[in-house]
Amino acid sequence: MHGHAEVITHHDVHHDEHHVHHHKETFITKYIFSQDHKTIGKQFLITGIVWAIIGGLFSVLFRLQLGFPEQTFPILETFFGRWAAGGVIQPEFYYALVTIHGTVLVFFVLTAGLSGTFANLLIPLQIGARDMASPFLNMLSYWFFFIASVIMFSSLFVHTGPASGGWTVYPPLSALHQASKGSQIGMDLWLVSMAMFIVSSLLGGLNYIATILNMRTKGMSMTRMPLTMWAILFTAVLGVLSFPVLLSGAILLLFDRNLGTSFYLSDIYVAGQILPNEGGSAILFQHLFWFLGHPEVYIILLPAMGMVSEILSVNSRKPIFGYMAMVGSLFAITILAFLVWAHHMFVTGLNPFLGAFFVLLTLLIAVPSAIKVFNWLTTLWRGNIRFTPGMLFAIGFVSLFISGGLTGLFLGNSTIDIHLHDTKFVVAHFHIVMGVASMFGMHAGIYHWFPKMFGRYLNHTLGYIHFWITMVGAYLIFWPMHYEGLAGVPRRYLDLRDWHAFNKFDDLNKMITVVSIIVFAAQLMFVFNFFYSIFKGRKVRTQNPWGSNTLEWTTPINPGHGNWPGEIPEVHRWAYDYGKDGREFIPQTEPVGPNESTDH
Amino acid sequence: MQTTFIILILLLGFLITFQIAKASEYVSVMRGEEKSRKQTNKINAFLLLVFLVLGLIGVYYCNEKYGGKILQFGSAASDHGHDVDNMLKITIVITGIVFVITQIILFWFAYKYQESDNRKAYFYPHNNKLEVLWTAVPAIVLTVMVGFGLYYWFRITGEAPANAMQVEITGSQFKWEFRYPGKDKVLGKKYFKAIKEDENNPLGQLWEDSTNKDDIYATGEDLHLVVNKPVRLIINAKDVIHDVGLSHFRLKMDAVPGTPTTMWFTPTKTTAQMKKELDDPDFVYEISCDQMCGAGHYKMRGTIVVESQEEFDFWMAKQKPKFYLAHPEKDPEAMKAKADSSNTNAAVVPQKK
Repeated sequence: MHGHAEVITHHDVHHDEHHVHHHKETFITKYIFSQDHKTIGKQFLITGIVWAIIGGLFSVLFRLQLGFPEQTFPILETFFGRWAAGGVIQPEFYYALVTIHGTVLVFFVLTAGLSGTFANLLIPLQIGARDMASPFLNMLSYWFFFIASVIMFSSLFVHTGPASGGWTVYPPLSALHQASKGSQIGMDLWLVSMAMFIVSSLLGGLNYIATILNMRTKGMSMTRMPLTMWAILFTAVLGVLSFPVLLSGAILLLFDRNLGTSFYLSDIYVAGQILPNEGGSAILFQHLFWFLGHPEVYIILLPAMGMVSEILSVNSRKPIFGYMAMVGSLFAITILAFLVWAHHMFVTGLNPFLGAFFVLLTLLIAVPSAIKVFNWLTTLWRGNIRFTPGMLFAIGFVSLFISGGLTGLFLGNSTIDIHLHDTKFVVAHFHIVMGVASMFGMHAGIYHWFPKMFGRYLNHTLGYIHFWITMVGAYLIFWPMHYEGLAGVPRRYLDLRDWHAFNKFDDLNKMITVVSIIVFAAQLMFVFNFFYSIFKGRKVRTQNPWGSNTLEWTTPINPGHGNWPGEIPEVHRWAYDYGKDGREFIPQTEPVGPNESTDH
Repeated sequence: MQTTFIILILLLGFLITFQIAKASEYVSVMRGEEKSRKQTNKINAFLLLVFLVLGLIGVYYCNEKYGGKILQFGSAASDHGHDVDNMLKITIVITGIVFVITQIILFWFAYKYQESDNRKAYFYPHNNKLEVLWTAVPAIVLTVMVGFGLYYWFRITGEAPANAMQVEITGSQFKWEFRYPGKDKVLGKKYFKAIKEDENNPLGQLWEDSTNKDDIYATGEDLHLVVNKPVRLIINAKDVIHDVGLSHFRLKMDAVPGTPTTMWFTPTKTTAQMKKELDDPDFVYEISCDQMCGAGHYKMRGTIVVESQEEFDFWMAKQKPKFYLAHPEKDPEAMKAKADSSNTNAAVVPQKK
């Protein structure tokens, strides 16, 4: 604990320096090359929102094709020229849209936008630190993400289009220039952008781990931390250990593409040409990819789980049920996340015996997931629930996590996966459990911590409308899609009319498209609400608007760099004393009273 | 024009919503924030309950509407398909029960324990017995699912029976090619560097391997399989990864360049039987490519005909080995015709191309 004190004092000095030089802070150091974790969090969030709009718009475009394959949309030709010749989305364009939609939502929105925002914003505020362990690396982390964004964005405008082999970019398709337009310069840009992104993610992750482990304020033992902190810690560990594997996979792919190596290539005859490559393995890439790719879904999910735990507890006015079990299940998920990657590869010719282990380990993840769900349900039980927009999104998260988690038991079981692999069932499953659920977690977080970020509230009426449209829409879009998958309809098919087995879902696909347009419009409304409320939202007038126990609500309404004007508060209890001894809430900073019951 | 119209309507709806939202904030300030907050709380709690009820009805309705479209669910057209369907049924029952119970609990609790002045939240941080209970129960249920799953998995991925017929299927952008082993029941060797499409050797068969001489090649037509006879597919790809997807048989296997894969099954219903069963004269078994393979991925379609042994033999008898198409001068039929017409011994002399 002595080490703690030192760090804090050091930071106090640092903080004081800042105050002295405060007048020298220019627009650039305050808003652009800022080293304040709160500003960096906002930068991640706003960049993430921009990407979410682009990714969402792309999904609307390809949904138009899926819902109305027989119709033409001349307006598309106006905007996209030969990519939508005659108002029809061309196959290459369709696949580029799908690929970029997947890439930016998985990596740029739900990894950088989610972890980047809330880890940066919340870590120092909730553990009681002036800033991150290394504010400079933290700033670099954002700017690497920014560079990755610029490269990815520029790939949209190259002559042969952006990458179009799916977000998983399996070689040889992604390795051979001849195989597809999207495998030309667009693919190189994709890989370079991802390399930059991984650097950003590693810089961020190391910083999060160092900060949480070393810079907690006095009294903030690990088991007194809010669950958001645990979730972010495990997320960072996952990212730091698995992202480098994808980086190596991406670099080998760059070599195969440009330097004539054969890591992934062998026995290839493409476009009338016999290639010299022999001895590589196309499946190797899939191992490298999914060794990150599977932990990645937990990198996306865990922060959402952490924030949902916090928000459910605060708004139920009850402690989170089974705190230690929640931490334990996060830990179990983190370990298991590394041991299940090959369940994406049951039909690649994987040794069936090996496959059996992956079935076992994959289904095992359902145990910690079930613990979390039951603990969330028990947290609601006999609570006194306030339905803020954040709380509604948190409840929506639990509902979606149940639905999507259960369909995972279909896909994780190799026998069923033989039939359902790469069908719409997979699309429905991972959109519900990873995509929409995490997005709900992110929305919950934004509504809940917006007052801390900007000192104003989001408009709640718009928030309720946003929630209900998104909740109903998410189920309308993705629930019936499972049936398409059960019928074997493959994913990434842009026109089903020629297929005897698959052409029975016209009305369904039209309905999904219409709903997705409405849901997208609702998200735009949210974005409008977001930016409008930054400047014109209702002002926060109390320090602790949600009656919350955690430290971030002990800072001023608009905290400066350094977070607390005076001493960093000392912590005396865990974060979940809600409803204890008849008191609505007891902040972490309040010393334990002499007559207080010792439960927990 | 239509699109502009839709965009305008969306924009208008958007503006109206925003004005209402802004007004609601003023109204709540005028009426007293606490009072209006409590009212909103009640509305949302009620809506959550409505969502639960409508949602469950929707799930039922969706099942009624689309359940029948799942390619003869429960009567798949292969033996392994039955295993997959059985496992699906087990999983649907188990997850279905969990789904309904947990969703009802979630929304019911949310509704029931909505904020009320008469209730205080119950301080209930943990209960070890409960937590052990809901660790153990899922673990047991999952053990059952893993057990059934692996039982079927090893049945499906086990060795093919010795009497299985072999067919090679090769994917390339964006077509399927089939090769049958011919009378010797052995597929001849091949090497990708021997591929010469303009010389009638699209698969790179090595002609010096004598087992290649009776191999039958076909593309752009049905894959012929015999009903109730096990078939072992040897799966290849030439350029990028493809996937042989057989949804009626509930099977799937990747086609990877450089790494041949296999899968085996026994088709149990002929195409004619399916036509009758479904009352659909256009019925056809389809091969879909299930692994993203480029711009033509969505139309990489193949077809299968499942027929009786006699029909298969009759069809096979009409096929000419690829070897003779590549080397017309060695074709005994052509030689015979040539010998008949010219009446010389020339054909006996081996010719060099």
